[in-house]
Amino acid sequence: MEQVIMNKLGYPILSTLIFLPVVGALLLIFINRSRELWIKWIALIFSTATFILSLPLFTHFDKTTYKMQFVERYEWIPAWNINYYLGIDGISVLLVLLTTLSSILCILISWNAIKIKIKEFYISILLTCGAIGGVFCSLDFFLFYIFWEAMLIPMYLIIGVWGGPNRIYATMKFILYTLIGSVLMLVGIIYLYLYAGNTFDILELMQKSYPYQVQFWLFWAFFSAFAVKVPMFPVHTWLPDAHTEAPTAGSVILAAILIKMGAYGFLRFSLPLFPEASKAMVPFIFVLSVIAIIYAGLVCLVQKDLKRLIAYSSVSHMGFVTLGIFALNSQGVEGGILQMINHGVVTGALFLCVGVIYERTHSRQIADYGGLATPMPVYATFFMVFTLAAVGFPGTNGFIGEFLIILGGFTANKWAGVLAATGVIIGAAYMLWLYQKVFFMKVNPKVINIPDMDAREIITLTPLVILVLWIGIYPVPFLDFMHPTVQHLLERVNAGGIQETTIAKTIMEVVK
Amino acid sequence: MNFQLPDIGPVIPELVMTGLALILLTAELFIKNKKVLAFASSVGVGGVAFTLIGASGTTFGGMFISDGYSTFFKLIFFINAILSILISVKYIAIEKVNFGEYYSLILFSTLGMMIMASAADLIVLYLGLELMALSTYILAGFIRYDVRSNEAALKYLLLGAFSSAFLLYGISMVYGLTGTTDLKAIAQFITTHGLTANHSLLLSMLLIAIAFGFKIAAVPFHMWAPDVYEGAPTSITAFMSVGPKAAGFAALGRVFMIAFGSMQFEWTAILIPLSILSMAVGNIVAIAQTNIKRMLAYSSIAHAGYVLLGVIVANNEGLAGMMTYLMIYAFMNIGAFAVVIMLRTEGFKGEDIKDYEGLAKTHPLLAAIMLIFMFSLAGIPPTAGFIGKLYVFMNAIDAGYTWLVIVAVIFSVISAYFYLRIVMYMYMREPKVEVSISTSPSMNLALIVTTVAVLAIGVFPSIVVDLAKAAISGF
Repeated sequence: MEQVIMNKLGYPILSTLIFLPVVGALLLIFINRSRELWIKWIALIFSTATFILSLPLFTHFDKTTYKMQFVERYEWIPAWNINYYLGIDGISVLLVLLTTLSSILCILISWNAIKIKIKEFYISILLTCGAIGGVFCSLDFFLFYIFWEAMLIPMYLIIGVWGGPNRIYATMKFILYTLIGSVLMLVGIIYLYLYAGNTFDILELMQKSYPYQVQFWLFWAFFSAFAVKVPMFPVHTWLPDAHTEAPTAGSVILAAILIKMGAYGFLRFSLPLFPEASKAMVPFIFVLSVIAIIYAGLVCLVQKDLKRLIAYSSVSHMGFVTLGIFALNSQGVEGGILQMINHGVVTGALFLCVGVIYERTHSRQIADYGGLATPMPVYATFFMVFTLAAVGFPGTNGFIGEFLIILGGFTANKWAGVLAATGVIIGAAYMLWLYQKVFFMKVNPKVINIPDMDAREIITLTPLVILVLWIGIYPVPFLDFMHPTVQHLLERVNAGGIQETTIAKTIMEVVK
Repeated sequence: MNFQLPDIGPVIPELVMTGLALILLTAELFIKNKKVLAFASSVGVGGVAFTLIGASGTTFGGMFISDGYSTFFKLIFFINAILSILISVKYIAIEKVNFGEYYSLILFSTLGMMIMASAADLIVLYLGLELMALSTYILAGFIRYDVRSNEAALKYLLLGAFSSAFLLYGISMVYGLTGTTDLKAIAQFITTHGLTANHSLLLSMLLIAIAFGFKIAAVPFHMWAPDVYEGAPTSITAFMSVGPKAAGFAALGRVFMIAFGSMQFEWTAILIPLSILSMAVGNIVAIAQTNIKRMLAYSSIAHAGYVLLGVIVANNEGLAGMMTYLMIYAFMNIGAFAVVIMLRTEGFKGEDIKDYEGLAKTHPLLAAIMLIFMFSLAGIPPTAGFIGKLYVFMNAIDAGYTWLVIVAVIFSVISAYFYLRIVMYMYMREPKVEVSISTSPSMNLALIVTTVAVLAIGVFPSIVVDLAKAAISGF
């Protein structure tokens, strides 16, 4: 059973990155609300410290094994055989780092944008990021579910308190959609716990095999939670509302990390726990993914609202992720994981960018902009990089992810690959069309005098540009994280060797 | 004539409680400052809790039993009584009904609940139930000049009497069939004489179930609850939304598990529809409420539905789940009512949910506390409400009622809507009227205790779960 590598760093790294933000939030409670600058700086210091303390995950991660690393385990609720059990592997490590990075960016971008209930806002941001970190690190289903749900409380407030005009509708929709999925998963978790002989231990549960009938029902119970979070067609309708109405930081959290929880759930739970059921559902998931890619892409073409357009593009991009994951071959799965990171970076960055101009003009309508490249050249450059990455332009991270996914999808099912590829074309159409309308053409008199980005905003966006280019040009360090874990996962799912065609292998080499 | 004094060891807590209530009732004549009474009664109840340690065993010829099960329930009743007293002190002064009998009545009602939890005989059960109910009727109508309060008391009395009649009818039929009112003896008679399929017995069981249905406010025997909860003094609403309900469950669990243990199939068939209806009606109708006390009344109906799942499971684990749930419910529900009471100031009712608009701006800390209670009532981790639901659901799935749990979780999502609507009013709307709050040291203490309990049990559920498991082990 000793399949894990305990944490050998001098401090409990995973607990730190979950609970340091929580400590920061608790500290903020005691700060007088009139000291706004203190509140902001404390939030920033805590999130930055969390990020710095999480960096050893990047440097000290053992890339040669699929085993769980940096593991911490303590007895928690003996009556139910529940442990405080944390650990990460190749699937989660990058997501954890993305989480800690995002929290800094969220705080920086909100510096001037949030003007009411400042204290509550930074408390909510810190709590959300801590809880999402917990979701990616938990190796105990009970702990996982606590984080999975606890995250809803601050997120409900972030969208509902600091959001746009229609925020209350959006946040209620978000929370009810998410809850209905989660509670069905809870039933599944309890069933699994009892079926496997009273254990919530995820690794132990993965050792066992379950009859197809059980797998089938549990797959659907978990699917309901993950599909809503991803979000997959047709339960994606909460996302455009939530994304559009949320404040910039909320949109970034949603896009960059929150919706990754769904895809992560498929990888971490659905595939290894219910391999036969997952394989049987592949055609179904493929159909839903392809619909999401193409349908959401087409919807993007008719959007008038900047954030709504990016929100629908998220649905389309997440369609790629689910397609890749359920391709069940190494290109697809690795592409899926990488695309999760890419989407987090790029869509997060696009929302940050929208936040930059929204702060200046308080308009999200595409028609209110035009010729923005003239007053804001630096901004236009940044936006260009992210636009190209969203399109999947070679040299940016989007290309690597989408390429691997389409490759994996094509290997698994030719039609899925072909149809997904058309989604890329639609993506190029709406993103470039958006860029043209906002930045080129005649300068809109409303925006002629707005100032370009200031230092704070440039600092916020620069790390994301670096990531876009780094992953785009040299993705090997990132893909290396995943190889052993993905191989192990696929061995378990396919249980008869990995389907890896020689052609695909050669192309992989070319990519690298 | 050989007269032997019964062993009073097991009833010491009840005796002390009686003494305490009587002393306070007398002392009330001489003490002008009613706060002293509040202090004395809450400390006194705390003292009675210590006498629970030594009390165990059966006495009065097997009519009265003090075991882990009853002790756990008595703890719930004490928590309920103490917290209710703490939130009352300032409130009854604002309502201008600051009379000392108030505290004695709470103690008498609690005494009735204790007897119910310890009853090993249907007659004792009835005695306890009436003591509890009569005291609560008076408390419900304690604001004498308020029509709504009078209406509440009268309604509660009439429907309470109605349900007592059901209970008595059921008890007499059981007695007629089995010749005894002792729970264990009834069970023995049923099995030795093969009465499990006897129609009259089934009818009597149904009547008893209906009577308890009234006490726990399960649909369709809930009609009194919203009006009574709305009309009664808020502190009493808090008190009776937890205490009598928990006492009803204590009696329900013991009677059905012990006396009708061999007829599980039949009584689960009665309780399952009650549970589903309670969850459905409670949660759906709560959405339409504009008065927060009414909303919490419907929420309490819905919670009765969840707790019933624990009884339906029909094993010790199920009962432990039920007990855990009720303990947690005591903290979170009284906590929520405490916030409701804080909004009641001179000349301002603070019962409309619109009064909560913008509370986060005017009173951020209070809003944050209410937020915790609302999320806990909705059952979202890391609050205690989640632990209660999880434990009950776990037992139900273990017993094969997966479909019932799926129904329950779907209704709990519906419930999230109206609980979160309160949060929405507090955080996402601007204040329209100037809301001031009434604070007092005892109220602050109650809020601290309930908030800490809700969060602590949410993160470290072992505190309650282990206790409930230990309590049930000898059942």
